[in-house]
Amino acid sequence: MTHRRWFTPWLLVAPAVVWLLVFNLWPSLNTVVLAFTNAKPLGGGHFTGLANFARALDDSQLTDALVNSIVYMLVCLPLLTMLPLLLAILVEKRLPGITFFRTAFYTPVVASAVVVALIWGWVLDDRGLVNGFAQWLGVVAAPVPFLTDRWLLLFSAISLTVWKGLGYYMIIYLSALGNVRRELHEAAAVDGAGAVRRFWSVTVPGVRNTMLLVSVLVSVSALRVFSELYVLSNGTGGPGGRDMSVVMLIQLYTRGFSGHLGYASALSIVLFVITIGPMLLLLRLDRKAA
Amino acid sequence: MAAHAKRVRPGGLAAAGPAEKALRYALLLLVLALTVSPFLWQLSTSLKSLTEDVYSRTPTFLPEHPTLDNYAQVADAIPVWSYAANSLVVAAIVITGNVIGATMAGYALARLRFRGAKLLLGLFLATLVLPGEVTIVSQYVTVRSLGLADTLLGVALPGAIAMLNVLLMRTAFAAIPQEMDEAAVIDGATAWQRLRHIGLPNVRGMLSVITIFTFIGAWDDFLWPLIVLTDPDHYTLTVGLQYLNGTFTSNPRLIAAGTMISFVPIVVVFAALQRYFFRGVEEGAIKG
Repeated sequence: MTHRRWFTPWLLVAPAVVWLLVFNLWPSLNTVVLAFTNAKPLGGGHFTGLANFARALDDSQLTDALVNSIVYMLVCLPLLTMLPLLLAILVEKRLPGITFFRTAFYTPVVASAVVVALIWGWVLDDRGLVNGFAQWLGVVAAPVPFLTDRWLLLFSAISLTVWKGLGYYMIIYLSALGNVRRELHEAAAVDGAGAVRRFWSVTVPGVRNTMLLVSVLVSVSALRVFSELYVLSNGTGGPGGRDMSVVMLIQLYTRGFSGHLGYASALSIVLFVITIGPMLLLLRLDRKAA
Repeated sequence: MAAHAKRVRPGGLAAAGPAEKALRYALLLLVLALTVSPFLWQLSTSLKSLTEDVYSRTPTFLPEHPTLDNYAQVADAIPVWSYAANSLVVAAIVITGNVIGATMAGYALARLRFRGAKLLLGLFLATLVLPGEVTIVSQYVTVRSLGLADTLLGVALPGAIAMLNVLLMRTAFAAIPQEMDEAAVIDGATAWQRLRHIGLPNVRGMLSVITIFTFIGAWDDFLWPLIVLTDPDHYTLTVGLQYLNGTFTSNPRLIAAGTMISFVPIVVVFAALQRYFFRGVEEGAIKG
């Protein structure tokens, strides 16, 4: 459209451009710069070459964190790609009261990860609901160390992530199911296809692209996990700090006297490298869809 | 018209038989129990008095003598109400910034022709590939060099114009028919007048979605305020709750009361506005 003064559009975009430069482009560039220095929260900032990356190769905590990330991703991927689809099919039909159920299923999504982790920390506590109930039933003699065992803590965090994510991906699928043509379902039903058959031959192909989108989103968010592990382990990263995620390590080195901003930046680049694969896949899908 | 037809669409297959209906409701109730029972358990814990054993092996969902004492006591342990106020201040700054900044930029990108528009759009899009956690260290360095470390403004500022929201507003403005603008131009309307009188009335839906999600995002955020804030007096509610958890773990009733103070407002906001949210979903407006 026309406008009388040449600078009008620039006035309109100016604030967003300032934010683009100061809080997006500059920090990206600066992360790379910092990664090659020994910058500390207090002082430092000399060029140290590849020292931070050499340190990263040697860092057993980072190795643990990467293993945790992979486990996290491998467990979340199938669960959060399939369960929300089934849930979306369950809430798709407009039965009386369905809005209530949809809203309720979405509630864990709008709650803060901190709140959810504190609630689960209490439920999974040595003397919490799950252990109390299991002992009352006599299933276990001693409390299960959900929050103090290296692997159980990780799996507790994973189940929390899955539980909190169900509603989010359900909504994405619900939106996609609206586009699956109803005639296909009806034709299949007339041909005598049962519900399971229709699921695999009509629904799944119909939401194939959405399933790919969801699996990319699930992978990336599994690699970015922070709050669940931080709160469940009370900031310690579990026994021996072995239940850290990459983001927890970044947070650890950003703050305090033991802080090392240069090393934290190098870890940020490691995080970027492991998330870029799924992200690029997402961009390609986006272009295909458009 | 088309949107209206979609809204009354029954969804799924034709009318369900009684057996299918019963099965569906049974499954719905099962999932409901799995989703809401942890919240209810926490609510129940927060209402239990000190004399009631919260560790009991035969858990009771209903408190014997419901009391609000824990809510008063959590305020003695940590300044929970001023933490909530801090979270509100951050949310208010972030919402104001996004509503104004993203509207202006989205409008210019969608409705005005100018040099460099394509390049700008590409840059806005490119930022989406980068997870926020990747730049959080240098983000902190920036905020600190602006003298905003350990301040609420420092927490709010980087997210005050989110690139995603600029793109969402651009999409919303782009959906307005071109003819409306053309007619206004003939009538001599300036770009600002067209934004006010033609643009804004047509993007209210997107603005409310952005407002809801910006509020939820700011209220729930944990990692960034945890990095920026050091003085316990400045904490936002999420950081304060983790602080409470680290310091006073001996009494789960207090932590339960604290989590409810954070959880209830967000649920009320969401429950009040869920109509708009789910309407958008059914019209296929929300994708990824």
